Parts: sequence; C-alpha cells; structure tokens
Amino acid sequence: MAWQKQVLRVDLTNGTSHKEPLNMEWAEQYLGERGLATKYLWEMMDARTDPMSPDNVLIFATGPLTGTMASTSGRYAVVTKGPLTGAIACSNSGGKFGAELKYAGYDMLILEGRAPEPSYLYINDDDVQILPAGDLWGATVWHTEETLKKMHQDPQIKVASIGIAGERGVRYACVVNDLHRAAGRSGVGAVMGSKNLKAVAARGTKGVRVADPKGFMQVVKETHKLLAENSGVREMTELGTNAMIDAMQDFGGLPTRNFQEVQFEGTEKINPAAMMEKRPNGHRNLLTNKACFGCTIACGRIAHIDEDHFTIVNRKEYWHASGGLEYETAFAFGPVVGVDDIDALTFAGFLMNEHGMDPISFGVTLAAAMELYEMGVITKQDTDGIELKFGNPEALTVMAEKTGKYEGFGQLLGLGSKRLCEKYGHPELFMGVKGQEFAGYDSRALQGMGLGYATSNRGACHLKHDTFAEDMEDQTGKGKALPCKESQDATAALDSTGICLFTAGAWGSDNLARQVDAACGGGWTTERFLEMGERVWTLERLYNLKAGFTAKDDNLPERLLKTPAPSGTAKGKVNELDKMLPEYYTVRGWNQEGEPTEQTLHRLGL
Amino acid sequence: MYKSLVLDADKCTSCLQCEMACSMHHEGMFNPARSRIKVFEFEHGARSIPYTCTQCEEAWCLHACPTSAIVINHTTGAKEVIADKCVGCKVCTIACPYGTINYQAASGKVVKCDLCGGDPQCAEACPTGAIVYQ
Repeated sequence: MAWQKQVLRVDLTNGTSHKEPLNMEWAEQYLGERGLATKYLWEMMDARTDPMSPDNVLIFATGPLTGTMASTSGRYAVVTKGPLTGAIACSNSGGKFGAELKYAGYDMLILEGRAPEPSYLYINDDDVQILPAGDLWGATVWHTEETLKKMHQDPQIKVASIGIAGERGVRYACVVNDLHRAAGRSGVGAVMGSKNLKAVAARGTKGVRVADPKGFMQVVKETHKLLAENSGVREMTELGTNAMIDAMQDFGGLPTRNFQEVQFEGTEKINPAAMMEKRPNGHRNLLTNKACFGCTIACGRIAHIDEDHFTIVNRKEYWHASGGLEYETAFAFGPVVGVDDIDALTFAGFLMNEHGMDPISFGVTLAAAMELYEMGVITKQDTDGIELKFGNPEALTVMAEKTGKYEGFGQLLGLGSKRLCEKYGHPELFMGVKGQEFAGYDSRALQGMGLGYATSNRGACHLKHDTFAEDMEDQTGKGKALPCKESQDATAALDSTGICLFTAGAWGSDNLARQVDAACGGGWTTERFLEMGERVWTLERLYNLKAGFTAKDDNLPERLLKTPAPSGTAKGKVNELDKMLPEYYTVRGWNQEGEPTEQTLHRLGL
Repeated sequence: MYKSLVLDADKCTSCLQCEMACSMHHEGMFNPARSRIKVFEFEHGARSIPYTCTQCEEAWCLHACPTSAIVINHTTGAKEVIADKCVGCKVCTIACPYGTINYQAASGKVVKCDLCGGDPQCAEACPTGAIVYQ
C-alpha cells in the first residue's frame, strides 16, 4: 500500500527491461524516493565508478506519498553519482512526471548501462519500450516534450528529458520534466546523456492506493489546513520563493558579484514587486502562479518576456508564457552576476529550462568567469567577443544560450566553476563545496548555512538542512551544529516521502510521519521516521567516503572564511566553520575524520 | 433551483487535488485517469481549466441511453449512471455535447459526475476556490 511494490529495471546496453518486486525490507528501512534510491545505488554500484561511465546507475524514484492527496505529492528524485561533484547526487523535482511514473505502476525506474544509439524510454502502464531517439537527439527539452506527445498521440504523456547540455556532458545539466520543472543539481542530466537516453515518456492509469483511506483522508484534511493557515506558506503562494530576495538584501546575505559583496543595488528591479509591476507599455512580467502535482501551495511562477526586449525582439518562439523567476534563478542571473534587467533574467531562466541546465551552477560559474575577465585573466578573445563584465545582461543571455547549445566559451562554462577556475589558475574563485556551486545565501551572514553547505552530501546545497531560525538569531558559529544535524536528518526523511520541502515551514516531522503511517499501513512513528532520515544521511556519507571524499572536503572557500562581509548585518564577520565542524562531527556520532563510528553505524543498522 | 459546481478557471493552479478527490470517492484510489473532473492546460501552462459535467437541464445522455441507465437524482439534480443497468454501448458519450460522460475500459461501463450525492469532493478539495458548489 502507498508503494506500488514494483521496480522497473532497464538495461540500456542490451535494450531489455524487466519488472521486479520492490525490496520491502529496504522500503521499511529507507521508505522511498531519496532514501530508498540511495540504498539501491549503494547496493548496485561501486562508489568509485566514473560517473560518466556506463557502470554508473541512474535511478528515478518516487515516494510512498507520491501521487496521493497529501499536499505537494508530485515529487520524484533522480539519484546517481554526480559528474559535477563525484559525490552522490540526489536531485528532486515536482511537476507531474513523478506521479505519472508511479501511476504507471512503478515506485522506481532503474537505468543501467549505455544504449548503443540515442534512445528514449516509453512507458505506458505495463507496456515498456526502448525506442530510437532519431531526430530528437540534438533537440531542446521543449521540442522533445512536444514531439513525444504528438508522436504517441497522447497529450497526457508526461516527459522527463535532457537538452543538448545533457547530451554533451555539461557538468550541471539537469533532467527537465513538464517543460519547466527540473531535477536540477549535480549534473544528473549529464549522466542521462552519457547513457544515450534522451527522454522518459510516461503514461500511467493504475492509480495509487493507501492502506487506511479514511485515516489518510482525515490527516490530509488537517495537514492541508496547516499549510493554508501558515503565513510563510501564504507568502510563497502570493509572491513566490523570490520573496526571499528582499529578505536577503536587507539581511546582507545576498551573494553579489561572485560573493565579493553581500548586498545588491539592483534588487528592487528583480524582486516580486518588479515581477508584478505593470509597465507603461502594459507589459507585466508575471502572468500567474502554478502548482506542481497535488500542491496546495503553488509557489511556481508563470511569466513572459517583453516582446520588445533585445533578447527576443526578433525571436517569436519565445513570445509565450513559461516558468518565471524563483529565488534561486533570480539570485543566479541577478546579484551573483550583477545583472538587474528582469527580462534578461527571465530569458536566461527560459533558456535553462529549454536546454536543461541548473541555473544555480550556471550563474555562479558565469560569475567566476566574470571575475576572471575583470581581473584580465581572460579576455574577449576567450569569450567569443562578449564583454564578460559583471552587470552585462547580454553576457548573461548569450552565454546561457552558448552553454545550453555547447558552443564556444559555453563549453568551458559547462565545466562548472571549480574546473573553470582551476583551468585558469585561480581555484580560489570557485564559490562552492565538493565541486558544486553555492545557492543564494552567503554563509558569513548565515553561519549555519555555511555548515550545511560544507557537510551536504551532494556538495554545496541550501535544501538539505534548515538553520534559518538559528542563523537569523545569532551570527556566530555557536549552537549551529545540532540544529544543522537534526534538520539534515528531518530533510532526508521528508525527501524520502514524495513530498516537497516547501511544506516544512508548516509541517513538522510529526505531520509527515502521520501521513506516511496512514498511507503505508502503520508503524511509522515520528521517532522511526527521523531515525530513517538519519540512516539515509549516514548512508549517503558512507557512499561519499567510499568515493574518496574526506573531512578535508567539508570545507568552504577562503573568501567566506577569511574575507569579512563588506556590509549588512554581518559586516566584518567571516564564517566560523572551524568552530562548528568538530562539534557537528561529535553530534553526528562521527570521529574527527568525519567517519561514522562503529557505534553509530550499529545504532542505525548500517 | 439545484446547487451546481461553479468552475472558475482564473483561480485554478492545476494542482489536480480535485481529480484525486474524485477518484478516491468513486474508485477508492488516487487515480486522475479515472476522475470525473478533468483539468486542462492551455497557453504553455498559463491557463488551467477545470471541466466536468454541467448536469444539463435537458440531459441528452439520459435521453440517448437505450437501457434507461441514466436517471435524475431529484435531490441534487445530478444525472446519475446506474452501473447495473449500463451495458457499455457508449451511445451517451456520443450524445453528450461536452464530452463529460466517458467509457471506462476497466469496468466496461460509462462514468460521469454525480455531484457525490450532494457533497462534491472536488469542491471540498480545491485549495483555491476554483471549484465551488453553490
């Protein structure tokens, strides 16, 4: 119940697929989605495998709550070894694809090997076919999705696909589903491309049952109400996640010009008010908000670009609505590259979705390239004649397109910031951890965020822990280790259900555990649920240790550790990682080498 | 005057809570493929439109049915399918000008919105007021 209890395993090398029962022993220990896929990955592959080799395993996993009336139940995760980091990658996405895959009868899709020719996978309930991608290889995500729906004469098909970026191995290529939702980070799309797999097209009509329908509907009603009545959630509905940009600007935690500054003078031109403003010519950036599957929050923005804007004035194919700015895209195309032209930002967002790239990694990589340009390390000769200065909207949109199409300097930007900065002899300009770029929070202002970045198992990430409350209250390293650890475990548990992280402001782990309990047939107390989360986190850590990471990789760039924040509430402060990290290892039950002790492993059944 | 489902596309976010509530009520599972209410997306996702039976005053599905399997519920005004009488001939699906009575291969019979006997679950589930029973 809640689980479909079936896995679809596809051997791309041999062109075969088969269905097998879900390992329920593992499901009881790791629940689903992120956790269960991690267990499968751990058991199926050697963590030292080259992520771009056919031996890497690519898993699309739903959770037991995916496709149910639990709010935000559209999530699925893509779990694999990430080519950006060399660490475990776990990127999750909303939209409608995840629920559709589950309705077709599968908790999980496991892809192994490499197809001999570019292919796509078609799933229609029990009917599973590996088909030649033909002309779709080399096509955009948007074209692929539209074409597959037409080819199969079924507009209800949901598609997850990659663009040219994924085909060509851009290190932060993502898997995009439903036109503008993405399993965004760590380069999971490049792994899909390395497997010669263009798309997964799914159609499911089997539905999902829960163990206790009456009890489940009761708790769903209560939890829907909690979301509806929560002021933070209401703000996400009304303003979108970009509401954060004003808060970070005021706080001085908004990374600007490759983290040289922490406040951006152009914030008011790209914030939610700017998105909603009706301009003299009648244009308004924001059209409406939109929900992912099952979501009663609907933080997603649907926007369009002014047809007279230089980016699209002669390109009618972009004169339509699509996914608009969210906080991380606003940060990655705005402050961190110094651009304040909202139409250029929106267009860059369109291009990321169309070509299948992670906006955060792209933006922060471009920011490093801009700093290299301003230092004179690279010149117009390197950048195809583009003036790669901070604040140049043309540099943003032209490079977004070049990277998406894997052309010219875009090929170098496609390496990610770490490799790019190393190539030009300035590794200190890479703003990230374990090869993955930071999101839009400066960890001099937000101390616990720095600890979360440093210890996140997929490289720098703002979505794997939550210490906002502690960070706002106190800007030292004190008292951050325990909430960081506990929120990492709680988030790992949440990510294993099929539910979106954006419920976390209104729901505690108890609310989630009750929904899981009613859906899965009992036995899921809050304690067990959280212990499952800790088990997932620790197994991810074991994977990374085996892949060759050590405590030295739990680190932050010198810029955040030694150069004080130049303004804002944290003016004069640096991140105190050296104080937080030893305490963090202790509260985790790890030794000071960052390795879980035997006792901890035993306690978690690992 | 009967109450009816008032659908406001401007308020719809395409979350599909209505489709899940409908399928849970009628089929005992979450399965939008078997929902009696459907949300359609237009304009690259900028518009989402919920759509179901209007419970026509003069119900052509009812008149077309050769086995009298479609009847009026005089409490709610809903036109309801008596599953035991339906032989799955699909004539009603041709008669319906709106395409809101549909054949279900799994059961071999047609299904349509019955207003859940006066407590429509889609309206109950809609988080934005895009579906109101009034």
